Amino acid sequence: MATDFQSASGLKRVRGLGSARSGAHHWWLQRVTAAGNLVLLIWFVASVLMLPNLSHSGVTAWIAQPLVAVPLILLIFSTFWHARLGVQVMIEDYVHAEGLKLLAFIALNFFILAAGAVATFSVLAIAFGA
Amino acid sequence: MAEFSLPANSKISDKGKSYPAPAGASRTKTFRIYRWSPDDGQNPRYDSYTIDLDDCGPMVLDALIKIKGEIDPTLTFRRSCREGICGSCSMNIDGTNTLACTLAIEDVKGDVKITPLPHMQVVKDLVPDMTHFYAQYASIKPWLQTVTPAPAMKERVQSPQDREKLDGLYECILCACCSTSCPSYWWNSDRFLGPAILLQAYRWLADSRDEMTGERLDQLEDPFRLYRCHTIMNCANVCPKGLNPAKAIAEIKKMMVSRSV
Repeated sequence: MATDFQSASGLKRVRGLGSARSGAHHWWLQRVTAAGNLVLLIWFVASVLMLPNLSHSGVTAWIAQPLVAVPLILLIFSTFWHARLGVQVMIEDYVHAEGLKLLAFIALNFFILAAGAVATFSVLAIAFGA
Repeated sequence: MAEFSLPANSKISDKGKSYPAPAGASRTKTFRIYRWSPDDGQNPRYDSYTIDLDDCGPMVLDALIKIKGEIDPTLTFRRSCREGICGSCSMNIDGTNTLACTLAIEDVKGDVKITPLPHMQVVKDLVPDMTHFYAQYASIKPWLQTVTPAPAMKERVQSPQDREKLDGLYECILCACCSTSCPSYWWNSDRFLGPAILLQAYRWLADSRDEMTGERLDQLEDPFRLYRCHTIMNCANVCPKGLNPAKAIAEIKKMMVSRSV
């Protein structure tokens, strides 16, 4: 910094490219999905503990019920969305090379979408008896 | 990526000088002080000064002034008011950012280790470069902004209740102890405004007389300027004035949500 020529006040660097005018939505959704995770995970863990047996046929029959398959898909949406928002924050915190940061964001979105799609498809496959 | 190790020319050398206690001193204390000069090409070092507490004022700043005045005039640090109101003598003492003038020597167990505020460019010894920090302060326009013209021949009135909303905010002396204790500020200070500046920003958002609330929020709504704060509250822990910047930042985040939900 000492060797760079910069405006004497340093304001050029601080003002930078200006405010992104976003972030509030991201912050709010992170809280909303956290609340969703809390409710749905408690339901999921309690339900699994209360299952009479954990055999493959028993569990798939349980998942196939509409009132189980739907909240399970909601749980997948909520956790994967929350994970996307949270990992994005970690990347913003620690990855400073602009190119690497952009690649990380793209990789994160692709991974979350792919993994979430696989998880959702798995539940649907059981529910519709594929 | 964030850098977790020091560059080679920032590593602390073991060539520190040692200044023993004066003869006949019975109550002594050793100060281990970070030294670095831009002029000699040397790596930073710790110098040790052992002083006679019976011949020194009670505060850490008293010891620093005594060392500079009587032992080593090359020791460089900022100080002015010596009573916790100017914020000049902020530094890291015994592992915590604080003001040298309001910390009693006897409250530090063992040797007193002093370094500049963490993760700042060092100008010399205990003097960090505050240019960027002050530019960040200027960027939030820390003054009353209105659309309404000033009333003729009188002040803008404020109720005692509205004035109370500024308590816990107006006392900030911009010593930067909080911002330089914040890991988010360490890793992203180029874009994150940090706790001190965000507390100051909220001081104007909370002012009943200010009419630029929306414009101020526009300027703050940014993943980096505001949302690098993850509320770990180092800022509130270290503030030598007992303020809570984390709470002020949480209030800003609440305002952001209330204007969009």
